Amino acid sequence: MLKKIILGLGALGVWLFALTPIPEEILASPDAENIENIEASVSPAAVVKSAPQTAAEILQRIDDNRLSDGKIVVMSMTIHGRRGDRTISAKAWQRNLKDSFTEYLAPAREKGTKMLKLGDQLWTYAPDTDRTILISGHLLRQSVMGSDLSYEDMMEDPVLANNYNAAISGEETLNGRSAWILELTAKKDDLAYAKRQLWVDQERFIALKENLYAKSGALLKTLDVNSVMQVDGRWLAKSMTYKDALKKDGNGTSVVIESLEFNDNLPETLFSKASLRK
Amino acid sequence: MPLFKLALRNLLGGGLRTWLNAFILSVSFVIIIGCQGLYKGMARQMEHLAVGSYYGGGQYWQANYDPFDTLTLDDAHGRLPDALQKMSAAGQAVPVLKRQATLYAQNRVLNITLNGIKQEQTIIDIPTARLRDTGHAIPAIIGDAMAKSAGLQQGDTAVLRWRNAHGTFDANEIYIAAIMNTQVGVIDQGQVWIALDVMQKITVLPDEATLVITAQGSAPPRGADAGNWVFRNQDFLLTDERNMMTSEYIEGGIMYAVFLFLAMLGIFDTQILAIYHRIKEMGTMLALGITKNDLIWIFTLEGALHSLLAAGLAFIYGTPLLIWFDRIGFSMADMDQFGLALGDTIYPVFTPGIIIGTAILIFALTAFVSYLPCRRIAKLNPTDALRGKIA
Repeated sequence: MLKKIILGLGALGVWLFALTPIPEEILASPDAENIENIEASVSPAAVVKSAPQTAAEILQRIDDNRLSDGKIVVMSMTIHGRRGDRTISAKAWQRNLKDSFTEYLAPAREKGTKMLKLGDQLWTYAPDTDRTILISGHLLRQSVMGSDLSYEDMMEDPVLANNYNAAISGEETLNGRSAWILELTAKKDDLAYAKRQLWVDQERFIALKENLYAKSGALLKTLDVNSVMQVDGRWLAKSMTYKDALKKDGNGTSVVIESLEFNDNLPETLFSKASLRK
Repeated sequence: MPLFKLALRNLLGGGLRTWLNAFILSVSFVIIIGCQGLYKGMARQMEHLAVGSYYGGGQYWQANYDPFDTLTLDDAHGRLPDALQKMSAAGQAVPVLKRQATLYAQNRVLNITLNGIKQEQTIIDIPTARLRDTGHAIPAIIGDAMAKSAGLQQGDTAVLRWRNAHGTFDANEIYIAAIMNTQVGVIDQGQVWIALDVMQKITVLPDEATLVITAQGSAPPRGADAGNWVFRNQDFLLTDERNMMTSEYIEGGIMYAVFLFLAMLGIFDTQILAIYHRIKEMGTMLALGITKNDLIWIFTLEGALHSLLAAGLAFIYGTPLLIWFDRIGFSMADMDQFGLALGDTIYPVFTPGIIIGTAILIFALTAFVSYLPCRRIAKLNPTDALRGKIA
């Protein structure tokens, strides 16, 4: 029982970590209303760069747009299950695309629970038991609290350009935004997804939609960005829905970024086991 | 011998009361023997099914394999040592490759263990011949409990998702080639069986396995358990089943105790009454020269002989009853849902040990209970006793 609880909390932590710092899955397809708001605040920095010529350049621009050395994010995740919805919120600090520290804010049962991820190792701390537990290896491969996400989605190298070869397979208008359709094929054998398909906003270099495929070509997961936001000149997903495409009747899992701040100077002490008990 | 005759005559002189006590005790006899036989049959049946369906003559486990931790499955695989490969080629062993997977069936998402097994094997009772590839989806076999929980029927299709050896997700459709009627939970609940060659191909683990099931009666080859493969014999594999049966025996023991308590209460009561009602008789016997010890012996024997009468009664009506019980068995419908590897019906097994052991137990208890009230005889004053008084 304890193992399950810890696994669940660990899963959420990893999930939040992955969503927070590495919105790799966050492919935006903003609705019309949001797009209007966004248009008014387009940063000059976003349009100064020259237009990319190749798929590899587009992929690089996507990575440049969404990845950073440090972030602080407050977010909530709603799991739409058969028996109703469950919402979990947390605050996460992330650095170097590898490390994160997460503290749960709600619901009350999980409030105060903390998670520390350093590389591929994960510790959770439960205030009720005052214990810190290491979760490693295959525990990190479990699905996340009944959501449509799994650890594998989060633990990969977030830099797409490192892992995938890209090719432009077409162009499409998605929610009023012109987008390239990018086909990504894995460069290595050890990636969770052998193939990905991205719809990339041609102006903002944010993925509006993403499909994740199995090696056999079967569609496994989809991610749709419902609204976007601009932070420090970067376009990021604000709310998104993640779905397991193999589930015929699932409503997916919704994630909303409530606040996001880029910060490259996060204190070193935060990313230590000692900080779990503070 | 005269004392025995005297005790027997006194006992039979008790009339209806004696026979009622003996009958109650005989019921305990029959129930205890019946239940013991049932437990024995249950244990034997459980072991027989588990061995025939999964354990075989023992198993070789890849060193990382832990059946109680499915998370270890990702690392629990390896190439077979030469000795095991030879056994497998000779039909003396069958390798099984296990991986975690997810089954999407009838709007349900189930975490399952995917098992790859040789299609042509005959070592365990899984109808692997039904795994013949028809060129469409991957043929799979599941147990009836699994079929029920997944809402699947023979011929249905479902989507299977797994990760290959490199960690890459893969997915494909499977169709249910057969649903096996099995009571062995370890091959049924949460288990999907496909052909080993298909499994090795889709997981990118050529020639690898998680465990090797050996045929019953085959001798473990030398050197097979070297390196990363460890032999687990039947005794090891059956530990859980045996522990479970031990706890069943303990539960059964409580029931026996209740029955015996009731029977012994009757005998104890009879003995107490005998001592108080027959005090003048005791005084007369003492006056005639019988020692107190002989008197204690006569009364104890009188009580203890209840068990002999009970054994006789139990033999008369219990034998046909237990033979009938042995023929029709005891219905245990759906017990496989609880993880017990039992058939729909349990057939009891009555061994000489059970019958003799039960008889000795009941005789000893009856003798002890009969003796307890007789201790007062040692304090008897013959003259008081003749006047019907107890000192």
